[in-house]
Amino acid sequence: MLNKMFKAAIAALCLAGPAAAQDSSIIVQSTTSTANSGLYDYLLPIFKDESGITVNVVAVGTGQAIKNARNCDGDVLLVHAKPAEEKFVADGFGTSRTDLMYNDFIIVGPASDPAGVAGMSDAKAALTKIAEAGALFASRGDDSGTHKKERALWKAAGIDTTQGSGEWYRETGSGMGATLNAGIGMGAYVMTDRATWISFANKQDYVIAVEGDTEMFNQYGVIPVNPEKCPSVNVEAAQTFADWLLSADGQAAIAAYKVDDQQLFFPNAPAQ
Amino acid sequence: MSDVRAIPLVRQGARPVACPLMPLEVRDLVLGFGDTVVLNGIDLELGAEGCTAIMGPNGVGKSLLLKLLHGLIEPTSGRISWAGQRPGAVIARQAMVFQKPVLLRRTVAANLDFVVRTRGLDRSRVHALLDHVGLAHKADHPARRLSGGEAQRLALARALAIDPEVLFLDEPTASLDPASAHAIETIVGQARDRGMRVILVTHDVGQAKRLADDVVFLNRGRVVEAAPATTFFPIPQSQAARDYLTGKLVF
Amino acid sequence: MQDIGQALSLAFALVMSGDGDLYEIVALSLRVSLSAMAVACLIGLPVGALVAISRFRGRGLVLVVMNALMGLPPVVVGLLVYLHFSRAGPLGFLGLLYTPTAMIVAQTILIAPIVAALSRQVLEDLNGEYAEQFRSLALSRRHMVGALLWDARYSLMTVALAGFGRAVAEVGAVIIVGGNIDHLTRVMTTAIALETSKGELALALALGIVLLAIALGVNAAVHLLRQTGARLAYV
Repeated sequence: MLNKMFKAAIAALCLAGPAAAQDSSIIVQSTTSTANSGLYDYLLPIFKDESGITVNVVAVGTGQAIKNARNCDGDVLLVHAKPAEEKFVADGFGTSRTDLMYNDFIIVGPASDPAGVAGMSDAKAALTKIAEAGALFASRGDDSGTHKKERALWKAAGIDTTQGSGEWYRETGSGMGATLNAGIGMGAYVMTDRATWISFANKQDYVIAVEGDTEMFNQYGVIPVNPEKCPSVNVEAAQTFADWLLSADGQAAIAAYKVDDQQLFFPNAPAQ
Repeated sequence: MSDVRAIPLVRQGARPVACPLMPLEVRDLVLGFGDTVVLNGIDLELGAEGCTAIMGPNGVGKSLLLKLLHGLIEPTSGRISWAGQRPGAVIARQAMVFQKPVLLRRTVAANLDFVVRTRGLDRSRVHALLDHVGLAHKADHPARRLSGGEAQRLALARALAIDPEVLFLDEPTASLDPASAHAIETIVGQARDRGMRVILVTHDVGQAKRLADDVVFLNRGRVVEAAPATTFFPIPQSQAARDYLTGKLVF
Repeated sequence: MQDIGQALSLAFALVMSGDGDLYEIVALSLRVSLSAMAVACLIGLPVGALVAISRFRGRGLVLVVMNALMGLPPVVVGLLVYLHFSRAGPLGFLGLLYTPTAMIVAQTILIAPIVAALSRQVLEDLNGEYAEQFRSLALSRRHMVGALLWDARYSLMTVALAGFGRAVAEVGAVIIVGGNIDHLTRVMTTAIALETSKGELALALALGIVLLAIALGVNAAVHLLRQTGARLAYV
């Protein structure tokens, strides 16, 4: 029996080994919003047809994605936290950062609107009202791009959320989807990117409460990982992928992706 | 049990080679557990041939003495010597059949095959042994589904499989019907007649008379009598042995 | 409650549709967790057997540690394996992060202590029955271990199953070292986590039902084997 088990184990390990070792595949360390919204499911088959390159997406929060890429565990970084991205490049981990596309953040809340912020377009004012009303607010709390933006907005509004932490301010420490599930479960306001919201399936009675503030602009950037720091990087394929995303074809594909007839991402790469 | 060929339990002329592990010498053997002393100074000498029956009332420590001799347990004090060697050094040249056979969770044949294989012996002997103990037709049966008599015969076959120089039997027929007991006695008698040294714990006086050449009688933690069977049974020397043989001394 | 009814019919529809992605995910789940189980048995059973038949100083401490390791948190195991297999880590040169192999390694670490600790218990009980006979047969340690492992085979199947159950149901370790990459490292549990985060609760639950059905199937198969063993008095 031992002998059989041993053989089975060896066979399993041999089978398991080579899957990721092909040259024509890369790993993209990505934010969850792009993955959860289904954008990759739409883009990657198109890219694969054109280039033959398989793109494997690891979808984690922006903070985690950047850390993973710093450990050389990815070939391309695609996230949405510009200052952190620029630091990543300045530290030599990325070759260059380019604007790729944008959408915007929104604040969603229950139809009953306990803080009375429905219809507002001033994010700072809305957050102030939420804090004053002591209405529940669910935060990512995971150092993701969305979390970074949310904290910046609280700061701009002059509100110290640490006072309300665990009371009305609730940090889930989870991804966007998990935070939406939790927020909706407890009747809290949640700040989310529009793409995730449109494709999110568990909306219940939630609606968009606050939208349209230029402060809530959500810019995505793409960065190939620097082979000088990370020799394991599949440079050629990574650059091909980044170039394609930024090309007219890639940008058109991003614009063409729709859920419920709504465009989720707006390409804004600099003209080539 | 008729499948065991009936071989009369008669001595067949001169014995083959004497057992090289003998003589067995036991000096001042003491075995105690905490405050309880079970064996209290056993002295014993056994010669090269035949079958020795260890007898005595219940709880006197016969089985424990057997385990001490085989090296399965350590005495509190005293010395056991098999032709000058400690029991632990010669355990592989001996075999033991326990009162309740411990059989592996495998087929009958696999139980024998296991022992034969681990000893590096010729595996063809498995079937000869099964034949010898009348279990050839059960070779592929699960060992733990055997009847009590069959299980004990398998345990005996396993003991014989390694060609031991000394064979210990701890009340091998205690819970068996007469036919099964007879089958076991037949096989043991054959082994003894081939020159195997047999040391047997039994309560069955008839069995001791049929198999034993000499008798060691224990009472109150000591050897009370050690005598040839031919004199022990007709004229026991001690009061305890007389009481035991007449059924007066059970405990 | 409405979700559960919806999930049940969705689960049924998913399985019936012959959805390629679903079968791929199920197959990978089974491959990863069965492999982890096999490797964990390869490591855990001999360790369990050796501890079962040995008496040595500090044995009590070894037992406590073995039992405590049964409660290893999957996320911690995942993190440890990630740190080793990351390109920046000591084993990064192997290029195993985000592969099924890394997932097998993580789950093996997770369940090997379970297999070792539970098999130790099973084998110690069996050894209690066999020890004297084994000593009389003057068996080597290797032969004792071999005989105990073989004779406890039906009980050890249940032990292996406990390991498999833990492996196939955990998400914390595989999502970190596997990355939940579509068509590469996505397994049942990470798919469930993903669908949950997309708010597709019914689909997530449906996948959970499929996972449960697989676990039931595997357990039923082992149960039948055990029954056969019991009939032959091999248990």
